[in-house]
Amino acid sequence: MQETILEVNGLNAFYGRAHILFDVDLKVRKGEVVALMGRNGAGKSTTMKAIMGMLSRTQGEVSFMGNAIAKSPPHVISKMGMGFVPEDRRVFTDLTVLENLEVGSQAEREGAPYWTAEKLFELFPNLGEMPHRPGGNMSGGEQQMLTVSRTLMGNPYLVLLDEPSEGVAPVIVEQMANMIMALKKQGLTILLSEQNLQFADLVCDRAYVLENGHVRFEGTMEELDANEDVRRNYLSV
Amino acid sequence: MTLSGLLVQLLNGLVDASSLFLVASGLSLIFGVTRIMNFAHGSFYMLGVYVAYTFVSHMGESVGGFWVAIILSSLMVALLGALIEIVILRRVYRAPELFQLLATFSLVLILQDLALFIWGPEDLFGPRAPGLTGSIEILGRNFPQYNLVMIVIGPAVLGILWLLLNKTRWGVLIRAATQDREMVSTLGVNQAWLFTSVFALGCFLAGLGGALQEPRIPANLALDLESIGTAFVVVVVGGMGSIPGAFLAALLIAEVKALCIALGTIHIFGIDFPMSKMTLVAEFLIMAIILVIRPWGLLGKPQATARNDHSAEPPLRPSLPIFKWCTAALVLALVLVPVFEETFPYAQIILVEIFIAVLFAASLHFVMGPGGMHSFGHAAYFGLGAYGAAILVVTWKLPMELALIAGPLLAVLGALVFGWFSVRLSGVYLAMLTFAFAQIVWSIVYQWDDVTGGSNGIFGVWPSDWLSSTTALYYLTLSIMLAGILILRRILFAPFGLAIRAARDSSLRADAIGVDVKRVQWVAFVVAGLFGGIAGAVYVFSKGGISPEAIGVGRSIDGLVMVLLGGVQTLFGPIVGASIFTWLHDSVARETDYWKAVLGMIILLIVLIFPAGIVGTLSHLWQWIKHHRPLQTKKVEASK
Repeated sequence: MQETILEVNGLNAFYGRAHILFDVDLKVRKGEVVALMGRNGAGKSTTMKAIMGMLSRTQGEVSFMGNAIAKSPPHVISKMGMGFVPEDRRVFTDLTVLENLEVGSQAEREGAPYWTAEKLFELFPNLGEMPHRPGGNMSGGEQQMLTVSRTLMGNPYLVLLDEPSEGVAPVIVEQMANMIMALKKQGLTILLSEQNLQFADLVCDRAYVLENGHVRFEGTMEELDANEDVRRNYLSV
Repeated sequence: MTLSGLLVQLLNGLVDASSLFLVASGLSLIFGVTRIMNFAHGSFYMLGVYVAYTFVSHMGESVGGFWVAIILSSLMVALLGALIEIVILRRVYRAPELFQLLATFSLVLILQDLALFIWGPEDLFGPRAPGLTGSIEILGRNFPQYNLVMIVIGPAVLGILWLLLNKTRWGVLIRAATQDREMVSTLGVNQAWLFTSVFALGCFLAGLGGALQEPRIPANLALDLESIGTAFVVVVVGGMGSIPGAFLAALLIAEVKALCIALGTIHIFGIDFPMSKMTLVAEFLIMAIILVIRPWGLLGKPQATARNDHSAEPPLRPSLPIFKWCTAALVLALVLVPVFEETFPYAQIILVEIFIAVLFAASLHFVMGPGGMHSFGHAAYFGLGAYGAAILVVTWKLPMELALIAGPLLAVLGALVFGWFSVRLSGVYLAMLTFAFAQIVWSIVYQWDDVTGGSNGIFGVWPSDWLSSTTALYYLTLSIMLAGILILRRILFAPFGLAIRAARDSSLRADAIGVDVKRVQWVAFVVAGLFGGIAGAVYVFSKGGISPEAIGVGRSIDGLVMVLLGGVQTLFGPIVGASIFTWLHDSVARETDYWKAVLGMIILLIVLIFPAGIVGTLSHLWQWIKHHRPLQTKKVEASK
């Protein structure tokens, strides 16, 4: 079995006085694609933001490649080789495609796939056609590709991918699935938050299911597919 | 007016545009990235002039030496800026907007006293630029050579900034951070150093703007507030965060001012309009117009709906019986003060000052606490009320009783007009606009000699005979203050008060349940203006007169400090804050020449350590003691 790259123990998170995450435990091993599933408001995005150091109030332990990062700010965590793709994309609309990629670029990292703008344009030919277009003048799907590419420019070991299939056209969803599989082949580890079980089945190895900030299920995709109770109680709409 | 005269004025406009742009571009750059509206930017400009004075005096005899001195001065200012950013501003990036504005304003006060300490109070005339002391002839008029250099420097700096922002990785990061700081940091960029570098660059530009003025104007201590007012206007007109916008706005404003000067006095329908005196008003009028038709400025972008940045405020509660009894006892004690006139002869005089301050602070608190609108120009209403009363008594020979009622109506009128514009904006923009309106009032008062007495003010405004004794005036002020506070308090608990607070907490939701948010805020503005005006009118009679200094920026800021010192989230806060502030001002200002620096430190202390103010901190402490045990168990549960 591969070594553990990310380990979260007893993670609690708060927004102001509201307690959002309750003792979340999870593990991601090198080379895996792990799904973080649950309905809207279950705490998927909050978990990712907490891991990435973006929340001001959290408790618990987060270890990334053997380093404790629970108290580290986002830029330090990013420099260690963790990438984050937010669900609302957040491309820099005033910057061109190439400039967006420039913001994300970091030095080459041993043992992680190395990305350049050219390689990303191979992965996303659409982007290659518009290197000088401002991010604001792109379609939702194109922005989604740009935001993933921007994060990959940091040559991460692990990417937190927050709902890449949300709010984009079905054809883009398919491209996203292909992209995730391509990235996995390159050796990238991915923690993917997702509501759509079919999408997760397609690309993920294991899944955690969240409900109201608690982990309710943990297992392989086959186990999740077979567990009707979990799917009915925590996933179906 | 001749063609050559007009041409020279337009060229002068270009010179001013360059120096305006240097200061404003730095301000805009800093705001774009850090979202902090840096009040102290004018102070860095002022320091640029002073430091250049020192350097050029020592090494500026040769052409090379002069320019090295200019660059060196700018670098010194940049270094100071970086230091201040690291030590102070880093701590306030997450604070509410109001605290950020105040933190930078405290720097204005501290830096001004620093300059006073180093260079003294006199104006300093520096040496001129070697090699550029002559002038050239344009259509028969002389135009200084140095000014030609100034005309070129503005566009040159614009070009360099454009290259920096568009062709370097640093520039790309800056532009990205202007849009989404958090995202930039998740991509591995250390925001802290990015902010420091931007702040240093902004200060460099301000310092350069100042240093380049060294041969043209004397270094003096008024340069900071003078330049910051105009720089704000340029940035707001150009669009916050937009460098080309700042250039365009600087050009527009400088040329309009130049035209005003070129026109001189014009006659319309037999009335003289001294256009050359309109320059101060002109820039603020341009800003008011731009803000109404295009609130995000010429080249700015509409800002996303500002997130509610003030933390949830606790609801106001009716006071407990014990609090009411304490208040009654306090009032009784105040009523008895004149009985002990022999023992404390000075008590009534200082208390009258405190009462006026309390009423002023309470009226400001009304609009900024429950109203949620951070007015940086509340002195305008104080000033209108004061001048209204003074003019009625001295010029129109009306009795004091009438003036005391009619004077504040002028403040109401002002609040009606200014409020109508102001409630259309929010956050920093609202703060800037109120600041601009107060500057307009101030400059009108300062320049309209025939009516307001200009810089001398109006004196000899004494109360009617039956109120002329210290004790009578004391009781009058006490009762006006008490009535004012009770009325303001009553309004806050009335349905209208609920509507104000609803509009503050969520204007969208308030709108949706049928509250006409803009109208409610407008009325709140007018109410605050009325009581601010009453404070001003009473002030006139207590001092026997009024002058422009008493209604300047300083008064607005004093008001803000009083409210925050006491605690903006409590009703009793402004009362305590105003009392302590006035007493402190009275006792400290007598001991030291550096009262401003002391005041600056107090503000920093509030912002960095006691953001809840005195009353807020005490009441948190009380709550904590009361609920000590349950709070502890809660914490244990959470950490389990």
